[in-house]
Amino acid sequence: MNRDLLKFLAFAVLILLVPLAFSGGYLMNVLVFVGIHTMLAIALNLLLGYAGQISLGHAGFFGLGAYLSGVLTATYGWNPWLAMPLAAVSVGALAFMIGFPILKLKGHYLAMATLGLGIIIYIVFNETIDLTGGPSGLSGIPNLSIGSLVFDSDVKNYYLIWTITLVTVLLGLNLANSRVGRALRAVHDSEVAARVMGVNARLLKVQIFALSALISSVAGSLYAHTMTFVSPASFGFNFSVELLTMVVIGGLGSIYGSFLGATLLTLLPEFLRAAHDYDIIIYGGLLMLMVMFMPGGLVRGIPDLCRKLLKKGGAGNA
Amino acid sequence: MLEVCGITQIFGGVTALEDVSFAISKGDITGVIGPNGAGKTTLFNIVTGIYSQTAGRVLLNNSDVSGLPSEKLTRLGLVRTFQNIELFGGMTVLENVMVGLHTRSSSGLLACSLRMPWSRSEESRIREGALKWMEFTGITDLADVTAGNLPFGKGRLLEIARALAVEPEIILMDEPAAGLNSQETMELARLIQRIRDLGITVVLVEHDMELVMDICDRIVVLTLGRKLAEGTPREIQDNHEVIAAYLGDDE
Repeated sequence: MNRDLLKFLAFAVLILLVPLAFSGGYLMNVLVFVGIHTMLAIALNLLLGYAGQISLGHAGFFGLGAYLSGVLTATYGWNPWLAMPLAAVSVGALAFMIGFPILKLKGHYLAMATLGLGIIIYIVFNETIDLTGGPSGLSGIPNLSIGSLVFDSDVKNYYLIWTITLVTVLLGLNLANSRVGRALRAVHDSEVAARVMGVNARLLKVQIFALSALISSVAGSLYAHTMTFVSPASFGFNFSVELLTMVVIGGLGSIYGSFLGATLLTLLPEFLRAAHDYDIIIYGGLLMLMVMFMPGGLVRGIPDLCRKLLKKGGAGNA
Repeated sequence: MLEVCGITQIFGGVTALEDVSFAISKGDITGVIGPNGAGKTTLFNIVTGIYSQTAGRVLLNNSDVSGLPSEKLTRLGLVRTFQNIELFGGMTVLENVMVGLHTRSSSGLLACSLRMPWSRSEESRIREGALKWMEFTGITDLADVTAGNLPFGKGRLLEIARALAVEPEIILMDEPAAGLNSQETMELARLIQRIRDLGITVVLVEHDMELVMDICDRIVVLTLGRKLAEGTPREIQDNHEVIAAYLGDDE
Protein backbone atom coordinates (compact mmCIF):
# COMPACT_ATOMS: atom_id res chain seq x y z
CA MET A 1 0.00 0.00 0.00
CA ASN A 2 2.65 2.50 1.08
CA ARG A 3 4.80 1.68 -1.90
CA ASP A 4 1.95 2.67 -4.22
CA LEU A 5 1.65 6.00 -2.45
CA LEU A 6 5.40 6.62 -2.67
CA LYS A 7 5.31 5.82 -6.35
CA PHE A 8 2.52 8.32 -6.84
CA LEU A 9 4.33 11.02 -4.84
CA ALA A 10 7.48 10.52 -6.87
CA PHE A 11 5.41 10.78 -10.03
CA ALA A 12 3.70 13.95 -8.79
CA VAL A 13 6.99 15.63 -7.82
CA LEU A 14 8.46 14.78 -11.20
CA ILE A 15 5.47 16.23 -13.01
CA LEU A 16 5.55 19.42 -10.96
CA LEU A 17 9.28 19.89 -11.57
CA VAL A 18 9.00 19.67 -15.37
CA PRO A 19 8.33 23.40 -15.95
CA LEU A 20 11.66 24.22 -14.30
CA ALA A 21 13.40 22.31 -17.06
CA PHE A 22 11.49 23.79 -19.99
CA SER A 23 10.45 27.24 -18.87
CA GLY A 24 7.93 28.68 -21.28
CA GLY A 25 7.94 28.08 -24.98
CA TYR A 26 5.75 26.04 -27.24
CA LEU A 27 6.56 22.75 -25.54
CA MET A 28 4.91 24.02 -22.35
CA ASN A 29 1.69 24.44 -24.30
CA VAL A 30 1.95 20.88 -25.59
CA LEU A 31 2.56 19.59 -22.07
CA VAL A 32 -0.68 21.24 -20.96
CA PHE A 33 -2.40 19.07 -23.55
CA VAL A 34 -0.59 16.00 -22.29
CA GLY A 35 -2.30 16.68 -18.95
CA ILE A 36 -5.75 16.98 -20.49
CA HIS A 37 -5.19 13.88 -22.60
CA THR A 38 -3.99 11.94 -19.57
CA MET A 39 -7.25 12.68 -17.80
CA LEU A 40 -9.20 11.53 -20.85
CA ALA A 41 -7.12 8.39 -21.26
CA ILE A 42 -7.65 7.49 -17.58
CA ALA A 43 -11.38 8.05 -17.99
CA LEU A 44 -11.55 5.77 -21.01
CA ASN A 45 -9.22 3.21 -19.45
CA LEU A 46 -11.50 2.81 -16.44
CA LEU A 47 -14.21 1.83 -18.88
CA LEU A 48 -12.19 -0.10 -21.47
CA GLY A 49 -9.19 -1.44 -19.59
CA TYR A 50 -10.89 -2.25 -16.29
CA ALA A 51 -14.56 -2.93 -17.06
CA GLY A 52 -13.81 -4.17 -20.59
CA GLN A 53 -16.47 -2.00 -22.25
CA ILE A 54 -15.50 -0.13 -25.39
CA SER A 55 -16.48 3.43 -26.20
CA LEU A 56 -15.91 5.13 -29.54
CA GLY A 57 -17.81 8.22 -28.44
CA HIS A 58 -15.69 9.65 -25.66
CA ALA A 59 -14.73 12.72 -27.68
CA GLY A 60 -18.44 13.55 -27.43
CA PHE A 61 -18.38 13.69 -23.63
CA PHE A 62 -15.15 15.68 -23.78
CA GLY A 63 -16.87 18.10 -26.18
CA LEU A 64 -20.02 18.35 -24.08
CA GLY A 65 -17.95 19.42 -21.09
CA ALA A 66 -16.09 21.97 -23.19
CA TYR A 67 -19.22 23.42 -24.77
CA LEU A 68 -21.30 23.47 -21.58
CA SER A 69 -18.52 25.34 -19.79
CA GLY A 70 -17.94 27.54 -22.83
CA VAL A 71 -21.56 28.52 -23.38
CA LEU A 72 -22.35 29.02 -19.69
CA THR A 73 -19.34 31.29 -19.15
CA ALA A 74 -18.92 33.07 -22.50
CA THR A 75 -22.59 33.54 -23.39
CA TYR A 76 -24.27 33.64 -19.99
CA GLY A 77 -21.44 35.02 -17.89
CA TRP A 78 -21.36 32.25 -15.29
CA ASN A 79 -18.41 31.77 -12.99
CA PRO A 80 -16.23 29.04 -14.60
CA TRP A 81 -15.78 27.28 -11.25
CA LEU A 82 -19.54 26.92 -11.08
CA ALA A 83 -20.00 25.95 -14.72
CA MET A 84 -17.40 23.17 -14.60
CA PRO A 85 -18.98 20.98 -11.91
CA LEU A 86 -22.45 21.63 -13.31
CA ALA A 87 -21.28 20.50 -16.74
CA ALA A 88 -19.57 17.45 -15.23
CA VAL A 89 -22.63 16.37 -13.28
CA SER A 90 -24.92 16.93 -16.28
CA VAL A 91 -22.70 14.95 -18.62
CA GLY A 92 -22.35 12.20 -15.99
CA ALA A 93 -26.12 12.07 -15.56
CA LEU A 94 -26.66 11.98 -19.32
CA ALA A 95 -24.18 9.12 -19.66
CA PHE A 96 -25.87 7.30 -16.79
CA MET A 97 -29.24 7.47 -18.57
CA ILE A 98 -27.85 6.54 -21.98
CA GLY A 99 -25.72 3.84 -20.37
CA PHE A 100 -28.64 1.67 -19.32
CA PRO A 101 -29.82 0.77 -22.83
CA ILE A 102 -26.40 1.03 -24.51
CA LEU A 103 -24.34 -1.10 -22.11
CA LYS A 104 -26.65 -4.04 -22.59
CA LEU A 105 -24.80 -4.39 -25.88
CA LYS A 106 -21.50 -6.19 -26.13
CA GLY A 107 -18.40 -6.06 -28.33
CA HIS A 108 -18.88 -4.71 -31.82
CA TYR A 109 -22.45 -3.68 -31.13
CA LEU A 110 -21.40 -1.55 -28.18
CA ALA A 111 -18.68 -0.02 -30.36
CA MET A 112 -21.31 0.88 -32.97
CA ALA A 113 -23.70 2.35 -30.43
CA THR A 114 -21.08 4.55 -28.77
CA LEU A 115 -19.79 5.53 -32.20
CA GLY A 116 -23.32 6.67 -33.06
CA LEU A 117 -23.59 8.56 -29.80
CA GLY A 118 -20.34 10.41 -30.50
CA ILE A 119 -21.50 11.33 -33.98
CA ILE A 120 -24.86 12.59 -32.74
CA ILE A 121 -23.13 14.84 -30.20
CA TYR A 122 -20.79 16.08 -32.92
CA ILE A 123 -23.73 16.93 -35.17
CA VAL A 124 -25.42 18.80 -32.34
CA PHE A 125 -22.29 20.97 -31.91
CA ASN A 126 -22.33 21.76 -35.62
CA GLU A 127 -26.03 22.42 -36.06
CA THR A 128 -27.12 24.32 -32.96
CA ILE A 129 -25.48 27.45 -34.34
CA ASP A 130 -27.32 29.90 -32.08
CA LEU A 131 -25.90 28.21 -29.03
CA THR A 132 -22.51 26.85 -30.08
CA GLY A 133 -21.60 29.03 -33.03
CA GLY A 134 -21.68 25.97 -35.27
CA PRO A 135 -18.65 24.94 -37.31
CA SER A 136 -16.94 28.31 -36.84
CA GLY A 137 -16.74 27.70 -33.11
CA LEU A 138 -17.30 29.54 -29.88
CA SER A 139 -14.84 32.16 -28.73
CA GLY A 140 -14.44 34.50 -25.79
CA ILE A 141 -14.36 31.78 -23.15
CA PRO A 142 -12.69 33.24 -20.06
CA ASN A 143 -9.57 31.77 -18.45
CA LEU A 144 -9.98 30.23 -15.05
CA SER A 145 -8.90 32.38 -12.14
CA ILE A 146 -8.49 32.19 -8.39
CA GLY A 147 -8.87 35.66 -6.88
CA SER A 148 -6.50 37.89 -8.81
CA LEU A 149 -4.51 34.95 -10.19
CA VAL A 150 -5.61 34.41 -13.79
CA PHE A 151 -4.49 31.22 -15.51
CA ASP A 152 -3.54 32.91 -18.76
CA SER A 153 -0.03 31.63 -19.44
CA ASP A 154 1.18 28.17 -20.37
CA VAL A 155 3.13 27.70 -17.16
CA LYS A 156 0.18 28.73 -15.00
CA ASN A 157 -2.11 26.47 -16.97
CA TYR A 158 0.41 23.68 -16.67
CA TYR A 159 0.18 23.79 -12.88
CA LEU A 160 -3.60 24.15 -12.93
CA ILE A 161 -4.25 21.30 -15.35
CA TRP A 162 -1.65 18.96 -13.89
CA THR A 163 -2.90 19.50 -10.35
CA ILE A 164 -6.31 18.30 -11.46
CA THR A 165 -4.78 15.56 -13.59
CA LEU A 166 -2.73 14.32 -10.63
CA VAL A 167 -5.90 14.23 -8.54
CA THR A 168 -7.49 12.16 -11.31
CA VAL A 169 -4.49 9.81 -11.34
CA LEU A 170 -4.77 9.35 -7.58
CA LEU A 171 -8.53 8.73 -7.71
CA GLY A 172 -8.01 6.31 -10.57
CA LEU A 173 -5.32 4.40 -8.66
CA ASN A 174 -7.49 4.25 -5.56
CA LEU A 175 -10.45 2.99 -7.52
CA ALA A 176 -8.39 0.43 -9.42
CA ASN A 177 -7.07 -1.12 -6.20
CA SER A 178 -10.40 -1.31 -4.43
CA ARG A 179 -13.48 -3.46 -4.08
CA VAL A 180 -15.05 -1.64 -7.03
CA GLY A 181 -11.91 -1.96 -9.15
CA ARG A 182 -11.85 -5.70 -8.56
CA ALA A 183 -15.54 -5.95 -9.41
CA LEU A 184 -14.87 -4.09 -12.67
CA ARG A 185 -12.08 -6.45 -13.64
CA ALA A 186 -14.23 -9.39 -12.63
CA VAL A 187 -16.96 -8.20 -15.00
CA HIS A 188 -14.29 -7.86 -17.67
CA ASP A 189 -12.99 -11.41 -17.20
CA SER A 190 -16.28 -13.24 -16.70
CA GLU A 191 -19.51 -11.34 -16.37
CA VAL A 192 -21.49 -14.45 -15.51
CA ALA A 193 -19.14 -15.40 -12.66
CA ALA A 194 -19.04 -11.80 -11.41
CA ARG A 195 -22.81 -11.84 -11.17
CA VAL A 196 -22.74 -15.12 -9.26
CA MET A 197 -20.41 -13.38 -6.79
CA GLY A 198 -23.18 -10.83 -6.27
CA VAL A 199 -21.80 -8.07 -8.48
CA ASN A 200 -24.61 -6.14 -10.11
CA ALA A 201 -22.78 -6.09 -13.42
CA ARG A 202 -25.34 -4.06 -15.30
CA LEU A 203 -25.44 -1.23 -12.76
CA LEU A 204 -21.69 -1.26 -12.28
CA LYS A 205 -21.05 -0.89 -16.01
CA VAL A 206 -23.45 2.05 -16.20
CA GLN A 207 -21.84 3.65 -13.14
CA ILE A 208 -18.35 3.43 -14.55
CA PHE A 209 -19.57 4.70 -17.93
CA ALA A 210 -21.06 7.73 -16.14
CA LEU A 211 -17.90 8.30 -14.08
CA SER A 212 -15.81 8.04 -17.22
CA ALA A 213 -18.02 10.58 -18.99
CA LEU A 214 -17.86 12.87 -15.95
CA ILE A 215 -14.06 12.88 -15.91
CA SER A 216 -14.03 13.48 -19.68
CA SER A 217 -16.35 16.43 -19.17
CA VAL A 218 -14.03 17.98 -16.59
CA ALA A 219 -11.17 17.57 -19.06
CA GLY A 220 -13.38 19.28 -21.66
CA SER A 221 -14.12 22.22 -19.37
CA LEU A 222 -10.41 22.64 -18.64
CA TYR A 223 -9.67 22.49 -22.35
CA ALA A 224 -12.25 25.22 -23.07
CA HIS A 225 -10.89 27.55 -20.41
CA THR A 226 -7.28 26.96 -21.45
CA MET A 227 -7.90 27.48 -25.16
CA THR A 228 -10.60 30.15 -24.66
CA PHE A 229 -12.00 28.89 -27.97
CA VAL A 230 -13.71 25.64 -28.97
CA SER A 231 -14.92 24.29 -32.28
CA PRO A 232 -16.57 20.98 -33.21
CA ALA A 233 -13.51 19.77 -35.12
CA SER A 234 -11.74 18.93 -31.84
CA PHE A 235 -14.49 16.55 -30.73
CA GLY A 236 -15.07 14.35 -33.76
CA PHE A 237 -14.73 10.63 -34.34
CA ASN A 238 -11.01 10.98 -35.05
CA PHE A 239 -10.36 12.18 -31.55
CA SER A 240 -12.35 9.30 -30.05
CA VAL A 241 -10.10 6.92 -31.95
CA GLU A 242 -7.02 8.81 -30.83
CA LEU A 243 -8.11 8.42 -27.21
CA LEU A 244 -8.64 4.72 -27.77
CA THR A 245 -5.14 4.48 -29.25
CA MET A 246 -3.66 6.26 -26.21
CA VAL A 247 -5.28 3.74 -23.89
CA VAL A 248 -4.21 0.70 -25.90
CA ILE A 249 -0.67 1.91 -26.63
CA GLY A 250 -0.21 2.99 -23.01
CA GLY A 251 -1.53 -0.23 -21.55
CA LEU A 252 -5.05 -1.46 -20.90
CA GLY A 253 -5.93 -1.61 -17.23
CA SER A 254 -3.10 0.60 -16.05
CA ILE A 255 -3.49 4.16 -14.80
CA TYR A 256 0.18 5.02 -15.36
CA GLY A 257 -0.14 3.39 -18.77
CA SER A 258 -2.78 5.97 -19.64
CA PHE A 259 -0.29 8.68 -18.78
CA LEU A 260 2.38 7.08 -20.99
CA GLY A 261 -0.02 6.61 -23.89
CA ALA A 262 -1.33 10.16 -23.66
CA THR A 263 2.21 11.54 -23.43
CA LEU A 264 3.49 9.59 -26.40
CA LEU A 265 0.54 10.27 -28.67
CA THR A 266 0.55 13.97 -27.84
CA LEU A 267 4.30 14.54 -28.12
CA LEU A 268 5.06 12.27 -31.06
CA PRO A 269 3.26 14.34 -33.73
CA GLU A 270 5.05 17.44 -32.46
CA PHE A 271 8.47 15.83 -32.81
CA LEU A 272 7.61 14.26 -36.16
CA ARG A 273 6.75 17.63 -37.59
CA ALA A 274 10.40 17.89 -38.66
CA ALA A 275 9.74 15.06 -41.12
CA HIS A 276 7.29 17.28 -43.01
CA ASP A 277 4.99 15.32 -45.29
CA TYR A 278 6.19 11.95 -44.08
CA ASP A 279 5.18 12.50 -40.46
CA ILE A 280 1.87 10.69 -40.71
CA ILE A 281 3.51 7.63 -42.28
CA ILE A 282 6.19 7.46 -39.59
CA TYR A 283 3.55 8.02 -36.92
CA GLY A 284 1.39 5.18 -38.24
CA GLY A 285 4.40 2.91 -38.64
CA LEU A 286 5.59 3.54 -35.08
CA LEU A 287 2.15 2.78 -33.69
CA MET A 288 2.02 -0.47 -35.65
CA LEU A 289 5.45 -1.51 -34.39
CA MET A 290 4.47 -0.74 -30.82
CA VAL A 291 1.29 -2.77 -31.00
CA MET A 292 3.23 -5.65 -32.55
CA PHE A 293 6.13 -5.69 -30.12
CA MET A 294 4.49 -4.34 -26.98
CA PRO A 295 1.06 -5.94 -26.98
CA GLY A 296 0.69 -5.17 -23.26
CA GLY A 297 1.25 -1.48 -23.91
CA LEU A 298 4.12 0.81 -23.02
CA VAL A 299 3.62 0.34 -19.30
CA ARG A 300 4.48 -3.37 -19.59
CA GLY A 301 6.60 -3.20 -22.74
CA ILE A 302 9.18 -0.69 -21.51
CA PRO A 303 10.18 -2.67 -18.38
CA ASP A 304 10.36 -5.83 -20.52
CA LEU A 305 12.60 -4.06 -23.01
CA CYS A 306 14.86 -2.75 -20.23
CA ARG A 307 15.17 -6.23 -18.78
CA LYS A 308 16.07 -7.67 -22.16
CA LEU A 309 18.66 -4.96 -22.81
CA LEU A 310 20.19 -5.46 -19.38
CA LYS A 311 20.46 -9.18 -19.99
CA LYS A 312 22.07 -8.59 -23.34
CA GLY A 313 24.49 -6.10 -21.80
CA GLY A 314 25.31 -8.54 -19.02
CA ALA A 315 25.97 -11.33 -21.50
CA GLY A 316 28.20 -9.04 -23.58
CA ASN A 317 30.35 -8.15 -20.58
CA ALA A 318 30.80 -11.71 -19.47
CA MET B 1 -34.18 -25.03 2.45
CA LEU B 2 -34.40 -25.29 -1.34
CA GLU B 3 -37.53 -26.59 -2.98
CA VAL B 4 -38.27 -27.23 -6.61
CA CYS B 5 -41.99 -27.43 -7.37
CA GLY B 6 -43.42 -28.74 -10.61
CA ILE B 7 -40.67 -27.39 -12.85
CA THR B 8 -41.42 -27.77 -16.54
CA GLN B 9 -39.13 -26.42 -19.22
CA ILE B 10 -39.96 -26.51 -22.92
CA PHE B 11 -37.39 -25.40 -25.51
CA GLY B 12 -39.15 -24.94 -28.83
CA GLY B 13 -41.01 -28.21 -29.13
CA VAL B 14 -38.67 -30.18 -26.86
CA THR B 15 -39.69 -30.85 -23.29
CA ALA B 16 -36.43 -30.74 -21.35
CA LEU B 17 -38.05 -31.05 -17.92
CA GLU B 18 -41.50 -32.21 -17.04
CA ASP B 19 -43.09 -31.55 -13.67
CA VAL B 20 -39.98 -32.09 -11.56
CA SER B 21 -40.38 -31.59 -7.83
CA PHE B 22 -38.12 -32.30 -4.88
CA ALA B 23 -36.96 -30.67 -1.70
CA ILE B 24 -33.46 -30.29 -0.30
CA SER B 25 -33.11 -30.09 3.43
CA LYS B 26 -30.68 -27.93 5.30
CA GLY B 27 -27.26 -29.35 6.02
CA ASP B 28 -27.54 -32.22 3.51
CA ILE B 29 -25.32 -33.05 0.62
CA THR B 30 -27.72 -33.80 -2.20
CA GLY B 31 -26.68 -35.27 -5.51
CA VAL B 32 -28.64 -34.79 -8.70
CA ILE B 33 -27.72 -37.54 -11.16
CA GLY B 34 -29.00 -38.93 -14.40
CA PRO B 35 -27.82 -40.10 -17.81
CA ASN B 36 -26.81 -37.55 -20.45
CA GLY B 37 -29.75 -35.50 -21.62
CA ALA B 38 -31.71 -36.12 -18.45
CA GLY B 39 -32.13 -32.39 -17.85
CA LYS B 40 -29.68 -31.96 -14.98
CA THR B 41 -27.98 -28.91 -16.37
CA THR B 42 -31.27 -27.36 -17.44
CA LEU B 43 -32.59 -27.79 -13.92
CA PHE B 44 -29.39 -26.32 -12.54
CA ASN B 45 -29.66 -23.29 -14.80
CA ILE B 46 -33.26 -22.73 -13.77
CA VAL B 47 -32.46 -22.87 -10.07
CA THR B 48 -29.54 -20.46 -10.50
CA GLY B 49 -31.56 -17.94 -12.48
CA ILE B 50 -29.96 -18.37 -15.89
CA TYR B 51 -33.05 -19.80 -17.61
CA SER B 52 -36.60 -18.95 -16.64
CA GLN B 53 -38.81 -22.01 -16.56
CA THR B 54 -41.98 -22.57 -18.55
CA ALA B 55 -43.87 -23.59 -15.41
CA GLY B 56 -43.22 -24.30 -11.77
CA ARG B 57 -41.53 -22.51 -8.91
CA VAL B 58 -38.22 -22.48 -7.07
CA LEU B 59 -38.46 -21.80 -3.35
CA LEU B 60 -35.50 -20.74 -1.24
CA ASN B 61 -36.26 -20.68 2.48
CA ASN B 62 -39.97 -20.76 1.58
CA SER B 63 -39.90 -17.67 -0.60
CA ASP B 64 -40.36 -17.79 -4.34
CA VAL B 65 -37.08 -16.97 -6.09
CA SER B 66 -38.08 -18.11 -9.59
CA GLY B 67 -36.50 -16.00 -12.27
CA LEU B 68 -34.34 -13.88 -9.97
CA PRO B 69 -30.98 -12.91 -11.51
CA SER B 70 -27.90 -14.62 -10.06
CA GLU B 71 -26.65 -11.54 -8.20
CA LYS B 72 -29.94 -11.43 -6.24
CA LEU B 73 -29.80 -15.15 -5.48
CA THR B 74 -26.28 -14.66 -4.15
CA ARG B 75 -27.50 -12.03 -1.75
CA LEU B 76 -30.16 -14.50 -0.59
CA GLY B 77 -27.45 -17.04 0.20
CA LEU B 78 -27.40 -19.24 -2.90
CA VAL B 79 -24.17 -19.52 -4.86
CA ARG B 80 -23.00 -21.82 -7.64
CA THR B 81 -19.85 -23.09 -9.32
CA PHE B 82 -19.46 -23.87 -13.01
CA GLN B 83 -18.71 -27.06 -14.84
CA ASN B 84 -16.01 -25.39 -16.98
CA ILE B 85 -14.67 -23.26 -14.12
CA GLU B 86 -15.33 -19.56 -14.62
CA LEU B 87 -12.41 -17.73 -13.05
CA PHE B 88 -11.38 -14.11 -13.36
CA GLY B 89 -8.38 -15.11 -15.45
CA GLY B 90 -6.53 -11.80 -15.41
CA MET B 91 -6.63 -11.46 -11.63
CA THR B 92 -4.56 -13.18 -8.96
CA VAL B 93 -5.92 -16.03 -6.88
CA LEU B 94 -6.22 -13.73 -3.87
CA GLU B 95 -8.09 -11.10 -5.87
CA ASN B 96 -10.46 -13.74 -7.22
CA VAL B 97 -11.42 -14.80 -3.72
CA MET B 98 -11.66 -11.16 -2.64
CA VAL B 99 -14.37 -10.64 -5.26
CA GLY B 100 -16.25 -13.38 -3.43
CA LEU B 101 -16.63 -11.00 -0.50
CA HIS B 102 -18.37 -8.44 -2.70
CA THR B 103 -21.74 -8.88 -1.02
CA ARG B 104 -20.10 -8.84 2.42
CA SER B 105 -18.76 -5.34 1.81
CA SER B 106 -20.34 -2.12 0.64
CA SER B 107 -17.87 0.64 -0.30
CA GLY B 108 -19.14 2.30 -3.45
CA LEU B 109 -17.52 4.12 -6.33
CA LEU B 110 -17.04 7.35 -4.40
CA ALA B 111 -15.76 5.86 -1.14
CA CYS B 112 -13.31 3.69 -3.06
CA SER B 113 -12.01 6.57 -5.21
CA LEU B 114 -11.43 8.71 -2.14
CA ARG B 115 -10.04 5.83 -0.08
CA MET B 116 -12.17 6.74 2.87
CA PRO B 117 -11.03 5.35 6.23
CA TRP B 118 -13.95 2.93 6.40
CA SER B 119 -13.31 1.58 2.93
CA ARG B 120 -9.68 1.02 3.91
CA SER B 121 -10.62 -0.97 6.99
CA GLU B 122 -13.17 -2.83 4.92
CA GLU B 123 -10.41 -3.63 2.43
CA SER B 124 -8.28 -5.30 5.08
CA ARG B 125 -11.34 -7.21 6.33
CA ILE B 126 -11.94 -8.44 2.76
CA ARG B 127 -8.31 -9.52 2.49
CA GLU B 128 -8.46 -11.45 5.77
CA GLY B 129 -11.70 -13.13 4.78
CA ALA B 130 -10.27 -14.16 1.44
CA LEU B 131 -7.13 -15.59 3.08
CA LYS B 132 -9.29 -17.59 5.45
CA TRP B 133 -11.15 -19.31 2.61
CA MET B 134 -7.97 -19.87 0.65
CA GLU B 135 -6.58 -21.68 3.66
CA PHE B 136 -9.77 -23.70 3.97
CA THR B 137 -9.40 -25.01 0.42
CA GLY B 138 -5.61 -25.27 0.62
CA ILE B 139 -4.56 -22.73 -2.00
CA THR B 140 -2.88 -20.19 0.28
CA ASP B 141 0.53 -20.66 -1.35
CA LEU B 142 -0.96 -19.70 -4.74
CA ALA B 143 -2.16 -16.27 -3.57
CA ASP B 144 -0.18 -14.22 -6.10
CA VAL B 145 -0.53 -16.55 -9.08
CA THR B 146 -2.61 -15.24 -11.97
CA ALA B 147 -5.77 -17.32 -12.01
CA GLY B 148 -5.55 -17.87 -15.76
CA ASN B 149 -2.29 -19.79 -15.27
CA LEU B 150 -3.62 -22.27 -12.72
CA PRO B 151 -3.88 -25.96 -13.53
CA PHE B 152 -7.47 -27.15 -13.79
CA GLY B 153 -7.62 -28.88 -10.42
CA LYS B 154 -6.34 -25.82 -8.55
CA GLY B 155 -8.74 -23.67 -10.55
CA ARG B 156 -11.57 -25.81 -9.24
CA LEU B 157 -10.40 -25.27 -5.66
CA LEU B 158 -10.15 -21.55 -6.30
CA GLU B 159 -13.66 -21.46 -7.66
CA ILE B 160 -14.94 -23.21 -4.55
CA ALA B 161 -12.95 -20.87 -2.26
CA ARG B 162 -14.44 -17.90 -4.09
CA ALA B 163 -17.96 -19.29 -3.75
CA LEU B 164 -17.44 -19.97 -0.04
CA ALA B 165 -16.22 -16.41 0.48
CA VAL B 166 -19.79 -15.35 -0.31
CA GLU B 167 -20.68 -17.17 2.94
CA PRO B 168 -23.64 -18.86 1.33
CA GLU B 169 -26.30 -20.96 2.99
CA ILE B 170 -26.40 -23.28 0.03
CA ILE B 171 -23.83 -24.00 -2.64
CA LEU B 172 -24.68 -25.64 -5.97
CA MET B 173 -21.84 -27.33 -7.80
CA ASP B 174 -22.13 -28.21 -11.47
CA GLU B 175 -20.06 -31.37 -12.02
CA PRO B 176 -17.27 -30.42 -9.60
CA ALA B 177 -15.34 -33.63 -10.33
CA ALA B 178 -15.34 -33.14 -14.10
CA GLY B 179 -11.76 -32.96 -15.36
CA LEU B 180 -10.21 -34.03 -12.06
CA ASN B 181 -8.03 -37.09 -11.62
CA SER B 182 -8.88 -39.68 -8.96
CA GLN B 183 -6.55 -38.18 -6.37
CA GLU B 184 -8.10 -34.74 -6.87
CA THR B 185 -11.59 -36.23 -6.77
CA MET B 186 -10.87 -37.82 -3.41
CA GLU B 187 -9.64 -34.52 -2.04
CA LEU B 188 -12.71 -32.84 -3.46
CA ALA B 189 -14.94 -35.34 -1.67
CA ARG B 190 -13.27 -34.50 1.64
CA LEU B 191 -13.55 -30.78 0.92
CA ILE B 192 -17.26 -31.07 0.20
CA GLN B 193 -17.78 -32.91 3.47
CA ARG B 194 -15.89 -30.18 5.32
CA ILE B 195 -18.11 -27.58 3.63
CA ARG B 196 -21.17 -29.47 4.88
CA ASP B 197 -19.64 -29.56 8.36
CA LEU B 198 -19.67 -25.75 8.29
CA GLY B 199 -23.45 -25.99 8.07
CA ILE B 200 -23.61 -25.16 4.38
CA THR B 201 -26.08 -27.14 2.31
CA VAL B 202 -24.47 -28.67 -0.78
CA VAL B 203 -26.10 -29.70 -4.05
CA LEU B 204 -24.04 -31.56 -6.63
CA VAL B 205 -24.95 -32.22 -10.22
CA GLU B 206 -22.49 -34.96 -10.97
CA HIS B 207 -21.54 -37.76 -13.32
CA ASP B 208 -19.02 -39.41 -11.02
CA MET B 209 -21.15 -42.13 -9.42
CA GLU B 210 -18.53 -43.14 -6.90
CA LEU B 211 -18.27 -39.60 -5.58
CA VAL B 212 -22.03 -39.20 -5.38
CA MET B 213 -22.62 -42.53 -3.66
CA ASP B 214 -19.76 -41.84 -1.25
CA ILE B 215 -20.65 -38.44 0.09
CA CYS B 216 -24.31 -37.69 -0.65
CA ASP B 217 -26.97 -37.92 2.01
CA ARG B 218 -29.73 -37.94 -0.58
CA ILE B 219 -29.84 -38.46 -4.30
CA VAL B 220 -32.34 -37.33 -6.91
CA VAL B 221 -32.30 -39.24 -10.19
CA LEU B 222 -33.52 -37.59 -13.36
CA THR B 223 -34.08 -39.28 -16.65
CA LEU B 224 -35.56 -37.90 -19.85
CA GLY B 225 -36.68 -34.77 -18.05
CA ARG B 226 -38.57 -36.53 -15.29
CA LYS B 227 -37.73 -37.41 -11.73
CA LEU B 228 -37.22 -41.16 -11.63
CA ALA B 229 -36.32 -41.72 -8.02
CA GLU B 230 -35.23 -40.01 -4.84
CA GLY B 231 -33.65 -41.43 -1.72
CA THR B 232 -30.50 -42.36 0.13
CA PRO B 233 -27.55 -43.73 -1.85
CA ARG B 234 -28.45 -47.24 -0.64
CA GLU B 235 -32.04 -46.95 -1.82
CA ILE B 236 -30.94 -45.59 -5.18
CA GLN B 237 -28.42 -48.38 -5.69
CA ASP B 238 -31.16 -50.96 -5.10
CA ASN B 239 -33.73 -49.23 -7.26
CA HIS B 240 -34.49 -51.32 -10.35
CA GLU B 241 -35.81 -48.43 -12.37
CA VAL B 242 -32.61 -46.52 -11.83
CA ILE B 243 -30.48 -49.48 -12.83
CA ALA B 244 -32.62 -49.92 -15.92
CA ALA B 245 -32.27 -46.25 -16.85
CA TYR B 246 -28.50 -46.41 -16.59
CA LEU B 247 -27.76 -49.87 -17.95
CA GLY B 248 -30.75 -50.36 -20.22
CA ASP B 249 -33.71 -52.74 -19.87
CA ASP B 250 -33.44 -56.47 -20.29
CA GLU B 251 -36.23 -56.53 -22.84
